[in-house]
Amino acid sequence: MGWLLRSMNSSIGKKFVMAITGSFLIIFLIVHLIGNLTLYFGPEAFNGYVETLDIIKPLIRVIELVLLLSFVYHIIYGTWLWIENKKARPVSYKINASSENSTFSSRWMFWIGSIIFIFLVIHLSTFFYRFNFYDPEGLADQNKYYNIVVGFLQMPWYSILYIIAMIILGLHLHHGFQSAFQTFGWNHKKYTPLIKAIGRIYAIGMAGAFASIPIYFLFFYGGSQ
Amino acid sequence: MIKLNSNVPEGNIAEKWTNHKFNMKLVNPANKRKFDIIVVGTGLAGASAAASLAELGYNVQSFTYHDSGRRAHSIAAQGGINAAKNYQNDGDSVYRLFYDTVKGGDFRSREANVYRLAEVSNNIIDQCVAQGVPFAREYGGLLDNRSFGGAQVSRTFYARGQTGQQLLLGAISALNRQIGKGQVKLYTRREMLELVVIDGHAKGIVCRNLVTGEIEKYSAQAVVLATGGYSNVFFLSTNAMNSNATAAWRAHKKGAAFANPCYTQIHPTCLPLHGENQSKLPLMSESLRNDGRIWVPKKKGETRKANDIPEDERDYYLERKYPSFGNLSPRDISSRSAKEVCDEGRGVGGSEAVYLDFAEAIGRLGKKVIEERYGNLFDMYQTITGENPYEVPMKIYPAPHYTMGGLWVDYNLQSTIPGLFVLGEANFSDHGANRLGASALMQGLADGYFVAPYTVGNYLASEKPAKVDTDHVEFGNAVKTVDDKVQKLLSIHGKHTVDEIHKKLGRIMWNKVGMARNEKGLNEAINEIKELREDFWKNLNVVGEYKDLNQTLERAGRVADYLELGELMAVDALDRNESCGGHFREEYQTEEGEALRNDNEYSYVAAWEFQEVGKWQLHKEHLEFENVKLATRSYK
Amino acid sequence: MSSENLNLTLKIWRQKSPTSVGSFEEFKVSVSPDASILEMLDELNNDLEREGKIPVAFESDCREGICGTCGLVINGHPHGKIPKIATCQLHMRNFKNGETIYIEPFRAKAFPVIKDLIVDRSGMDKVLQAGGFISVNTGGVPDANEIPISKDVASHAMDAAECIGCGACVAACKNASAMLFVGAKVSQYSFLPQGQPERFQRVQSMVAKMDEMGFGSCTNTYACEAECPKGISVINIARMNKDFISAKIKSELTEV
Repeated sequence: MGWLLRSMNSSIGKKFVMAITGSFLIIFLIVHLIGNLTLYFGPEAFNGYVETLDIIKPLIRVIELVLLLSFVYHIIYGTWLWIENKKARPVSYKINASSENSTFSSRWMFWIGSIIFIFLVIHLSTFFYRFNFYDPEGLADQNKYYNIVVGFLQMPWYSILYIIAMIILGLHLHHGFQSAFQTFGWNHKKYTPLIKAIGRIYAIGMAGAFASIPIYFLFFYGGSQ
Repeated sequence: MIKLNSNVPEGNIAEKWTNHKFNMKLVNPANKRKFDIIVVGTGLAGASAAASLAELGYNVQSFTYHDSGRRAHSIAAQGGINAAKNYQNDGDSVYRLFYDTVKGGDFRSREANVYRLAEVSNNIIDQCVAQGVPFAREYGGLLDNRSFGGAQVSRTFYARGQTGQQLLLGAISALNRQIGKGQVKLYTRREMLELVVIDGHAKGIVCRNLVTGEIEKYSAQAVVLATGGYSNVFFLSTNAMNSNATAAWRAHKKGAAFANPCYTQIHPTCLPLHGENQSKLPLMSESLRNDGRIWVPKKKGETRKANDIPEDERDYYLERKYPSFGNLSPRDISSRSAKEVCDEGRGVGGSEAVYLDFAEAIGRLGKKVIEERYGNLFDMYQTITGENPYEVPMKIYPAPHYTMGGLWVDYNLQSTIPGLFVLGEANFSDHGANRLGASALMQGLADGYFVAPYTVGNYLASEKPAKVDTDHVEFGNAVKTVDDKVQKLLSIHGKHTVDEIHKKLGRIMWNKVGMARNEKGLNEAINEIKELREDFWKNLNVVGEYKDLNQTLERAGRVADYLELGELMAVDALDRNESCGGHFREEYQTEEGEALRNDNEYSYVAAWEFQEVGKWQLHKEHLEFENVKLATRSYK
Repeated sequence: MSSENLNLTLKIWRQKSPTSVGSFEEFKVSVSPDASILEMLDELNNDLEREGKIPVAFESDCREGICGTCGLVINGHPHGKIPKIATCQLHMRNFKNGETIYIEPFRAKAFPVIKDLIVDRSGMDKVLQAGGFISVNTGGVPDANEIPISKDVASHAMDAAECIGCGACVAACKNASAMLFVGAKVSQYSFLPQGQPERFQRVQSMVAKMDEMGFGSCTNTYACEAECPKGISVINIARMNKDFISAKIKSELTEV
């Protein structure tokens, strides 16, 4: 298996790892969003959704493992690439005109990703941890998952953090989506513009839809009926 | 005292090369790796020779003053490469390519060499295609051809407007493969400054490492020079900034005869001069003449803009004077005609420029077709001049482009120094007094791929496969010569910069040893060059250090050689009392102003043996024409 | 064509040797708008030489935009701001009177500075030496027309082959990645039928050498394409990626 490691660790191999894991995360985000959107349909829908996940727990654990590996590889390889790429350009230019030849998100992927990582840690510690391991009394009602979420989302600092994170996530996805296609070698004069358009819609859609939830609960939600 | 022996094999011209190859001595495959060969230059000829020799198993050391082999100026050739494939079914043949080339060269080339060139031309195309050179194709997937000046068949293969680039990258890819295998050792940023001759045979070179300034010695059993031409004597030419004659000139001073130095080609389609600080005259491919029409106003001192001059007040002088070849007349004729009309005061805006007009072609074929054919050339023109050639005619003027003269070689491409082979533009052999378009690439690759690998092997077969010791006294002498020269250049501390003197030399050459020459002017030029040379060695200022990257020093060494070579060009031009090809003597012309050859007295190659600076001895190689009937060239 | 001279302030990177510390030196020049930027430097150097000062070391050769020797970073853009030209084709009419121009060498770990504006780009050649060829010896090849190649394929191959190897892609890339350069060569051969026998071997060898030479990795910012003097498309990088991945998956070679 030496060849596999060597392949993965070559410059294109690392890109490929980023693209594969990124693609998985892109798909995961869609599923995640669908789940989240059940919040709009009230506590029952949301709790029902969470409990459904609970029923198929073994499967979810497997998916979580893949997800975990995706995140870990995406983060480690991303950081590794960033460090190596920094080393490849030890002296920078006095005048930098990169804003005229490339997009903001493409140049700042690592830092954008790093912010998302910080968000991810907060996100997991609030929701994933609480859903799985933390079961304080008083929340043991039938709407407990819904209430945890809504509780957080009604805290302005948390919601604003969430909204900002989603905008940054959008930037990350905007570059990442089409970038993955390029890395897989799927660049075609006819179809690439379409892929880029879909990527843009996806990025804006994801960021918008995810962010709409805190916006809704912060500004428009009247409280649990 | 040298003896010229062309070593042309006996027999029918069509069989000479085949017979010769059979008669050559071979080196045992196991012995090949015991032979070292130095190849100087990585252009088409150098790269192809180095790669091909290495493929055969010889140890090759390849040298370039560039950072990479691929920078060689072959890369800038635009138009194409000729071959007698007759893919167009228009009556082409090896014989016709041979005939056109001899005729185009105004009957001043060696028949046997030219025939061989035509013969191997087809192999070149096959070779390049196999290497992955993306030549232009027809819709059916077969190779496309275009026509070029001096030929009435369509035999030019091309890759957009970058044929030279693609062919060079092909040759360099072959070279790279051998470098990767370790069969070729490439030395970059090395400039050859001396040839080492031991017991009359070329056995090595001395280089300056252009990064460290160190003088380095390299030995081999044979030395191949493929170092290009000397158009930069003129300062302004289409050649690259670094193209120079130093390697060839230093070999000349070591005993290699220099042949026909006065045969210089002035390319008709270059951009005109715009100002004092101009560093070169960019070439616009001659292929533009396929569709562009060349004209000047009929009226002297015309001040109207091109598009405001009505059709009947334009003089399409090439079409008028040479109705059958028209705008596709050979280069020397086109260039001289441009000079004539400008001398008459009919140049564009009174200056030295003529129009190259595509309005008619755009009208006939549509802008899209023209864009497809010449798009990159048009873009290049617009980038440089700021004018749009789709809307206003281009302005062009002739500029020094190629030198047919070069080190004298025999049929084996061996110079008068045994073991020193000279390939490509650096030799004199195939183009006579004028080179046809798309023939330089052909010659460079013919020499490198298909001639030198045989003939160098033939030479080595009679040499001992023993390492040449670089501690030999001749290496020491060569190093000392180089060292003395460098020290001297650095110690003058005068007031002129290298460029200033080079520009002065250029002006003398352009005015008096350029497109049209006469006895008085040539004599003046010789004296002026001598004076300038004296001035150079007294009043030059070379800044910087010896053991450092010092571009001023590099240029100074090259200009020092131009100051000697320039004189020889004038001496040769003065000796040749006739007009032929690129050499036009005003005293020798017909009543209509056409070149007047003198076949009885000047049907020879003038090979000059160096004696001391400013002194040469002339040796003549008489040219026999057994297959082509000597005739006055007519393109009317 | 010519109009009034432009008065410019130049800030040029000066560095005596690979190991010495460099800095910007300021020059005031007056130059014709018809001159190219390299002709401006020629003139500056001539003036410096006349004053007995060391001229600015920079490389150039053909001055027609094809040899790839020249390459300066001008106000942050390799080969200057005008698209699809090499440094030698950048004419001063594109600058404004009174402007300050920063001229820097290409910056990359794989391109160490040799002197002033000259860098060592031999890493690119090493990549080509590792596999940028079709293994055919001289002679013994089939007739050129025995391999029909569709006009489209030939044209795509030519699009990739137009690369002049100047290194602007590396200079422009924030990661100093050479993938546009390598991708173009890989693509040229992977398009052509002649390149098929070694297709997968080639891409693996070239990429391995590219990594070894210290070039960075592509993060798809496409700055290379934007700054490329020949407009080589990043499609070539995608093709290389695809070939590389296919090679790794399909090929039975485990060594590369």
